[in-house]
Amino acid sequence: MKTNETMKTMSFADAIEDALATAMATDERIIIIGEDVHLLRVNLLSRFGRDRVLAAPISESAFVGAAVAAAMGGLRPVVEVMLVDFIGVAMDALLNHAAKTFAFSGGNWHVPLVVRAACGGGYGDGGQHEQSLWGWLAHIPGLTVVVPSTPADAGGLMLSALSHEEPVIFLEHKLLADYWLDYLGAGGRDTVTYDIPMMGATGPVPDPWQPVPIGKMAIRRNGSDITVVGVGVGIHRALEAATILAQNGYSAEVIDLRTVSPLDREGLCASVSKTGRMLVVDEDYQAFGLSGELAAVVLESGIQAKYGRVCVESTIPYSPEMEKQALPNTVRILAAANELLLKR
Amino acid sequence: MEINHWHCYENMFSSRQFEASVTTVWRSGKISGEMHLSTGEEAITAGTVLQLQAGDAMALDHRGTSAMLMRGVDPFRLLREFMGKSDGLCHGQGGHMHLFSKRHLAASSGIVGATGPAAAGFALANRALRPGSVALAFFGDGAMNQGMLLESMNLAVAWRLPVVFICKDSKWAITTLSASVTGGKLVNRAIGMGMPATSIDGTDVEAVWKTASKSLIRARKGKGPSFIHATCTHPEGHFLGDPLLRIARHPVKEMKKVAGPMIKSAIHLQGASILKRSGSLATVTTLIGKTARDQHFSGKDPLSRLRRQLKKENGRLEKLENELINKNQAVINRALAAR
Repeated sequence: MKTNETMKTMSFADAIEDALATAMATDERIIIIGEDVHLLRVNLLSRFGRDRVLAAPISESAFVGAAVAAAMGGLRPVVEVMLVDFIGVAMDALLNHAAKTFAFSGGNWHVPLVVRAACGGGYGDGGQHEQSLWGWLAHIPGLTVVVPSTPADAGGLMLSALSHEEPVIFLEHKLLADYWLDYLGAGGRDTVTYDIPMMGATGPVPDPWQPVPIGKMAIRRNGSDITVVGVGVGIHRALEAATILAQNGYSAEVIDLRTVSPLDREGLCASVSKTGRMLVVDEDYQAFGLSGELAAVVLESGIQAKYGRVCVESTIPYSPEMEKQALPNTVRILAAANELLLKR
Repeated sequence: MEINHWHCYENMFSSRQFEASVTTVWRSGKISGEMHLSTGEEAITAGTVLQLQAGDAMALDHRGTSAMLMRGVDPFRLLREFMGKSDGLCHGQGGHMHLFSKRHLAASSGIVGATGPAAAGFALANRALRPGSVALAFFGDGAMNQGMLLESMNLAVAWRLPVVFICKDSKWAITTLSASVTGGKLVNRAIGMGMPATSIDGTDVEAVWKTASKSLIRARKGKGPSFIHATCTHPEGHFLGDPLLRIARHPVKEMKKVAGPMIKSAIHLQGASILKRSGSLATVTTLIGKTARDQHFSGKDPLSRLRRQLKKENGRLEKLENELINKNQAVINRALAAR
């Protein structure tokens, strides 16, 4: 970040909305489409009116598909499917259309679309509402996938997504975005508590907003013994673990990818070649996903490294106790890190 | 099958009692995540599910509690499931939105509209393996805009599948007024696809029963699917803690959180014209008021409606209700006491 800009404090959710409003004020092509947006985006509705904040029926395949072509037609839609789990219903629009148009048109036709969705678990809503799916989406060539972990990145990545010429999936974790957690978790109750990473839920943001480049990771903690890498809430769990590792004399470097696709290969390889150990913390599914891709990137670059991963291994259980074990937590990260650190 | 009002009332009352207790347990924090009640839908459930036979299947949405109870699932195991315990119906893996009972051929989904394809598939299996048995699809008015549901309605007609499509119309799709995002009349969609469709008052268990009876006979005879459009009310809104209802019920406390940023946005220098802005603000305030009115029984409670009919028989009703209250309380106590 530039040194001459001032900072202010903002919540993760407000940061996204503030960046979005800033962009909407200068670019009339940006519109919001989605279920319940008249309520979820009530501030944008009151400022920009009903022509630019369009409440949709529960018809994901229709309105996401329409958003793809609206983007091709010159608008810059931000289309919301509430939870990333519901993207399944609209997958054809993304897999076979949004992701393919640029290639099929011989590089002549862009799809400047942002798909916005809440992701992640930790509030006991079950395996059909708590998935992460960023690796699954990033698997498709033509889709850019960003997963911010701080308010500054949330706003900055939203700005970049809005000016990106190709489809971007923007995923906001429900433990970071307070309104989602209240909407789906607490429901106005004060009898439930969550393990919210405070550094991610509220934090300093630049004033005025600065875009955060897509495809660039951030080093959250410098270290020399092991690289712990991930996105979203996983970063905050990794930072907790790194603090404990430091007390035991180990120096962990924590890398926030921020963008799942395209990957910051250079940044990752630089860190792993320094530490010689890579531990992936990934709230998405373990098999055939981000954690395996990171191993492939390191292998391809010829780096010799010890490797481990802490991911979600199966369908996320509804039961809060079982869910805690299923998601990457500090205990699991520490166990995996210690195992790697013992390897010579 | 002839309707037995007492049997219906017993089931409807038990379901209501159970969900009232679930609400208390949810508020105490012992149930995590969302909680979508089927309170207000009891007459629709009783009028359909109580006519099912062994081998019939049910595709349930995110409000499957009353259907599961009336199909004979143990309430103790239901509540334990909601609490995420290993002795719950699905060993704590599914939760209230994902209730499964293989024995009853009952499967739920939290994906809106997914019960359409599921019922079509159950019907296909039933026709081949359990001739004469049927499949029910339960869904809301919001789901009627979901492609997969409309596609499966057509599929059921094309393949003459033994499905009864049951649309529980509360007028609201989550916090969106359905009429604002829906074209035409819902029954006309079903008629357009070539199946018989009936619109009824879903708080009148007798009307539901009679209509469902015809649909079930038709399906069992291999004559194909039909569509029942039944109106109802959800007094707790979309789910417990419904944000619109919260504002409507506690305007001072809840509106404070929303009003500041909303007004700040509305008077921001850059943005739409004043006319468009005030129009948008009016939309929101209207919605809040409408929720409070719509999601209120106001004489349209399926339970009290049937109760008025049964009151004539002196003493029997109160005796039954007391028995059911005690029975429910015993189940709740046992579930809360279990480890």
